[in-house]
Amino acid sequence: MAFLAAVAAWLTDPLHWQGSDGIPTRVMEHLELSAAATAIAVLLALPLGIYLGHSRRFGFSAVNAANVGRALPSLALIALALPVSFALGLGLGFWPTLIALVPLGIPPILTNSLTSVREVDRDVVDAARGMGLSGWQLLFQIEIPIAAPIVIAGVRNAAVAIVATATLGAVVAGGGLGRYIVDGLARQEHERLFAGALLVALLAIVTELAFGVLERLAVSPGVRRELQPGAPD
Amino acid sequence: MGAVNDLSLLVPPGEICVLVGPSGCGKTTTLKMINRLIEPSSGEILIDGQPISRIPPTKLRRRIGYVIQHIGLFPHRTIADNIATVPRLLNWPEDRVRRRVDELLHVIGLDPAVVRGRYPAELSGGERQRVGVARAMAAEPPVMLMDEPFGAVDPIARARLQNEFLRLHQELRTTVVFVTHDIDEAIKMGDRVAVMQSGGLLAQYAPPEELLTRPANDFVARFVGADRGLKRLALTTVGEIELGQAPIVVEGQPLGPEGAGAPTMPAYHLLLDDGRRPIGWLNSRRMAATGKTSRDQADESSPFVQRDTNLHDALSMLLGLAVQTAIVVDDQGRYSGVITLEDIARALRSAIESAPVPTPVP
Repeated sequence: MAFLAAVAAWLTDPLHWQGSDGIPTRVMEHLELSAAATAIAVLLALPLGIYLGHSRRFGFSAVNAANVGRALPSLALIALALPVSFALGLGLGFWPTLIALVPLGIPPILTNSLTSVREVDRDVVDAARGMGLSGWQLLFQIEIPIAAPIVIAGVRNAAVAIVATATLGAVVAGGGLGRYIVDGLARQEHERLFAGALLVALLAIVTELAFGVLERLAVSPGVRRELQPGAPD
Repeated sequence: MGAVNDLSLLVPPGEICVLVGPSGCGKTTTLKMINRLIEPSSGEILIDGQPISRIPPTKLRRRIGYVIQHIGLFPHRTIADNIATVPRLLNWPEDRVRRRVDELLHVIGLDPAVVRGRYPAELSGGERQRVGVARAMAAEPPVMLMDEPFGAVDPIARARLQNEFLRLHQELRTTVVFVTHDIDEAIKMGDRVAVMQSGGLLAQYAPPEELLTRPANDFVARFVGADRGLKRLALTTVGEIELGQAPIVVEGQPLGPEGAGAPTMPAYHLLLDDGRRPIGWLNSRRMAATGKTSRDQADESSPFVQRDTNLHDALSMLLGLAVQTAIVVDDQGRYSGVITLEDIARALRSAIESAPVPTPVP
């Protein structure tokens, strides 16, 4: 109990809410890094996944290749990213972490967009073609909106994993909430360490919720999951 | 050998042409060649004398209504937006689209105010089927292609959807190519029926009556089945035979004096409401004893049929409900007679007698 009180005291200490090591700064750093990594993963994986799903080709090989990224430990990826970052003159901190986080985001986005677009009901696609929609109209008006809930779920999984893993950036002198954990360990300040872990978990949950809101706004009620089992026949 | 070979078929404008045959006979392939979902490796298809190979596929398809077995409604679009698909592709002004959607919802018997904003998952199977047909008709296409459009609903709903479509076709006179594997459906729906055998070979192309009386070869004879006489029942509607009349009594009014207690009194009277709509059968003896003609005593087991119901469907309903008599009503639901199993048997006998003995084909 005393420890929790110490954590609470640490979190509410006004000194910890200002300056370059303050909670708002660290949260912003964490979000910048996560958002950049997620955005790059989306830019790389989403068009590719949607295209492969639409053309219904090369599905498994693409998913398997992307899953290699899932099998590599993120800490190892950061270590591997370091020489690349140095070679490019990008140094420590933000860039090597970013390079390590992107492969983490690609598999769920690629897998979900590919399979969800590919699995759009053949009858729906057949009907759409038969009514005279062009290939692009079919893709943007029919396939993507129907696949949207699963596509968004893929991006959400990627974003949550990236937010949680961005913590590791502190190991290579990056900013973000990982600083509290790494510094807390180094300085034996356990309340700092615990507060950092708590804030990361909180941020991951907020990310999850934000995507829930996005799904509500972007997905037609006709294909939201709660409607899926269908009306009685 | 392709999936379809040497097929030559003329569909007269305004008629329903049914392609029927066992699975794998190429009927769906034939249909999909008409809207260029499948391109023929050789040969030509003309619509109104124009070769379709010269019309861009999307343009061609927007002029051809298309209904498939599992309908393929767009789950993420409301019913109104589904129906509006082709009109919007054709850039109709939005108020014309809206009027057309409401008009079509009326035609298929759904209330626009209720259904317009719903999603497909919120409708029943039969309602979705209707919306599929409405969506195909939305831009008033001169030609419609229907691939087992009523295949995925239960038999009772199917018969109703078939009748609805035939009634609609009477008004619109669209040229329809209709695919089914069900010979009964082919006979009921077709002005002409093309019986296909594997390899897309045309075994016979004729009006249903001729198919049943003069099958061109053994394959057709076997495909239409030994019960050809029974199938011919589908070519006669209830309104075309002489209807029987039941003793009737109007709700709330006393039974006439000639009925009560007479030795020849019929066992049952048909109870009508004051708008002459039938309610059910009353046991005459009990009615005479109590003097009451109220609906809570009525036996409602007899099905209602309309004058344009065919005898085949009427027979199925009677057998399905295990009753002897169906009540015939007009468009407004008013009583116009009764039809019994015996009436249908009589029509069946005359159909069999007029059919020639099938001659074996060498």
